[in-house]
Amino acid sequence: MTDIDALAARLRAAIGARQVLTDRQELRTYECDGLAHYKVIPALVALPRTAEQVAAVVRACAETGTPFVARGSGTGLSGGALPHADGVLIVTSQLRDILEVRPEDERAVVQPGVINLHVTQAATPHGYYYAPDPSSQQICSIGGNVAENSGGAHCLKYGFTTNHVTGLEVVTPDGERVRLGGAAPDAPGYDLLGAFVGSEGTLGVATEVTVRLTRLPETVRTLLAGFSSTDQAGAATSAIIAAGVVPAAIEMMDALAIEAAEAAVRCGYPAGAGAVLIVELDGPAAEVAAQFDEVSELCAKHGAFETRIAADDAERALIWRGRKSAFAAVGRISPDYIVQDGVIPRTALPAVLRRIGEVAAEHGVRVANVFHAGDGNLHPLVLFDDAVPGQASRAETVSAAILDLCIEHGGSITGEHGVGVDKAKYMPRMFSDDDLDTMQLVRCAFDPDGIANPGKVFPTPRLCGERPGRHQGTHPRHEAGVAEIF
Amino acid sequence: MGALDELTSPAGDGDAVCGVPARLVAAPRDTAEAAALVTAARGLAVVIRGGATKLGWGPPPRELDLIIDTRRLAGVVEHAAGDLITVVRAGTPMAELHGLPGQQLALDAPPSATAGGTVAANASGPRRLRYGTARDLLIGITVVRPDGTITKAGGKVVKNVAGYDLGKLYTGAFGTLGLITECVFRLHPVPAASLWVRAVAPPLHAAKILAGQFAASALEVNAGPGAEPELAVLLEGTAAGVRERAAAVAELLGGEVSPEPPQWWDVPPWPADGVGVKLTGRLSQVPALVATAVGAGATVRGSAGAGVLYAGLAVDQGDAGVTADQRTVEAGRAVELLRAAAVRAGGHAVVLTAPAGVRETLDMWGPVHGLALMRRVKDQFDPGHRFAPGRFVGGI
Repeated sequence: MTDIDALAARLRAAIGARQVLTDRQELRTYECDGLAHYKVIPALVALPRTAEQVAAVVRACAETGTPFVARGSGTGLSGGALPHADGVLIVTSQLRDILEVRPEDERAVVQPGVINLHVTQAATPHGYYYAPDPSSQQICSIGGNVAENSGGAHCLKYGFTTNHVTGLEVVTPDGERVRLGGAAPDAPGYDLLGAFVGSEGTLGVATEVTVRLTRLPETVRTLLAGFSSTDQAGAATSAIIAAGVVPAAIEMMDALAIEAAEAAVRCGYPAGAGAVLIVELDGPAAEVAAQFDEVSELCAKHGAFETRIAADDAERALIWRGRKSAFAAVGRISPDYIVQDGVIPRTALPAVLRRIGEVAAEHGVRVANVFHAGDGNLHPLVLFDDAVPGQASRAETVSAAILDLCIEHGGSITGEHGVGVDKAKYMPRMFSDDDLDTMQLVRCAFDPDGIANPGKVFPTPRLCGERPGRHQGTHPRHEAGVAEIF
Repeated sequence: MGALDELTSPAGDGDAVCGVPARLVAAPRDTAEAAALVTAARGLAVVIRGGATKLGWGPPPRELDLIIDTRRLAGVVEHAAGDLITVVRAGTPMAELHGLPGQQLALDAPPSATAGGTVAANASGPRRLRYGTARDLLIGITVVRPDGTITKAGGKVVKNVAGYDLGKLYTGAFGTLGLITECVFRLHPVPAASLWVRAVAPPLHAAKILAGQFAASALEVNAGPGAEPELAVLLEGTAAGVRERAAAVAELLGGEVSPEPPQWWDVPPWPADGVGVKLTGRLSQVPALVATAVGAGATVRGSAGAGVLYAGLAVDQGDAGVTADQRTVEAGRAVELLRAAAVRAGGHAVVLTAPAGVRETLDMWGPVHGLALMRRVKDQFDPGHRFAPGRFVGGI
């Protein structure tokens, strides 16, 4: 095991005494990310202020075989930034400069600790914005977004972080600084940028991010429709998609989620609704006007009993407030809850929602449903009271059953929160051993010693065998299976 | 060699890659057979061939024993219209995917190109401005690794962050990491209406379109020596919306609205025996890049909205006064000029194709960031360096 005192001394010399924390009280601040029921106190926290300092910290880790975990704002919901007890936590929040805003190139260059919303704020005066908008966008960092391939409400139309990052400077787990991609698209060679985004800190630390800026739309129109059931709201969603409309967002909340949101922020959603849909269209005015009429008609046709159209930005904000506050709002109606994140094909929505209801009833647990209906990304909130013996484990059972439902219907165990430490054990349900082994070939290329965020994403680490570049001959397992060659 | 004999046949006259003949060809019928073939072909140098529309892109293979033809791995496995996705076998012609009922795979490619080949070559066209490229549209993939292992990544839903996004790694890998046998794509609705605006206008005016509120699906430039540069803009959407926007674009550029694209739309600007170069750069540098290329005698086309251009140079074959050596030197000089301009623009110049004799003398890929990491990835996937050896960056 690493001599932490010696490592701390080395890091203090490299990045400054005040940038290295070893005091147990100070370390406790970093014991968890947004998934607070996993807690580990790191051996050491490093707060580098430059990319070169990040590289120096990683080099020190590599040379001493010390595990490291990168952390941005710590808002992740899968325990991706959960520290390693014997390792270094590299906090990127002091790398927080917006280096370039170039509307003429539709690009911005930022450091990893920059807050997501600040990129949009820097670009807005020029008529541009940064499209990925996770609900935590007021506090989450771009570096964290890169690690998690964060989504948001508007990714139905605009895609995810991976579609909006064109270049990175990363520190690889051996401490090298490498550029992947750039300001221009289609950099020649393997798309290591594409592999890095969403790799949850297991391939290295991003130290500079070049993002695509998107032109602010001419028009944004938002509609809130109340339905008596999620079935109706689901049918309306399918009809909108089938009509060839691609809204910027289609969000759904069920009765319990509406109740929580009302209690928390008094968003004034239609009384007595079994489900609400928020549909947002954006783009050129003429297009939006035509499609908005179509969407309103389709909602009415599928049973919307009340439809509200935001007349201005304030009304739009009110409609969104209910949705964006939903996770926290559930705290008003339940002392404890699990936020689940799974994906199903959009067409399976009614069937899966019914089944979630049944499973919840079987276990005597309430589930509030909030989700990105347009792309089938469910966020069921499983409610429980930890003070009542047995409730927590029943909630866990229901939460796990929901993921099984997602897999059963050909979906995914995570749409945007990531695998992290929380869902590594579910990976074999979605992928075969060979699939996971193949992903880890990339891991071995970047991090043969497995020191970058170990224990995350993969349930079982792969032994990387010989050092990369010296591996000759074919896979040994395979060698055994093809005797006829000899 | 029993299995190999069963699954392969002797190569014919056409079974060559950039002039390098193969000994054997094979056309597996499904993923399982493809895996058996790759397993049996252990030790052989392999190049994968789809519709062969881009087989000539890249340097010739260092060695070649076996061509794996994917065209029997064809057909749409699933089209889930309500979910806007399709599952297709790799050898499926793109023509089939451009015309799914009411929906489309919005990836420009020649009709005879295959889905797998289009992904492997990371080919794209004008509509990338709106829909992105293969990396944005591919949501799941099945690959037979060079050791014969069948492996999947991604899935059948668009929103999915479970595990590494290996689809992106295989996209544009030119078949150096394994054999793609199945792809899952995100689809888009076929727009109700489409119109083009064509204008004689300098590339600089493309910025006006980008800064406006036209939501163009494509913004293409066409320029060459001795001709006025042109811009063409594709607008898609509702009939009324498209008419309105097209009229506004036409007024801004001083152009004309047309129901048809110009003749040069999505046509590579190089002659069959010419040099074709892909140029990328910052959007603001597109005019400078076009000017340099035209100055070097090239015809340039491509997306002024995405910063991806294609330059075509004719290599004079017939002129009796020019020696083969001189032609080679001239082509090399032109490529160096384009490459320097692309680097100044923040991008790259990659030679996609060149005539025999010239091809061998060019550094087709040019300098690449992160090459050491790329070599490590290759070593992990294909330690014997048997898949498309020498065809990729840095001799990978």
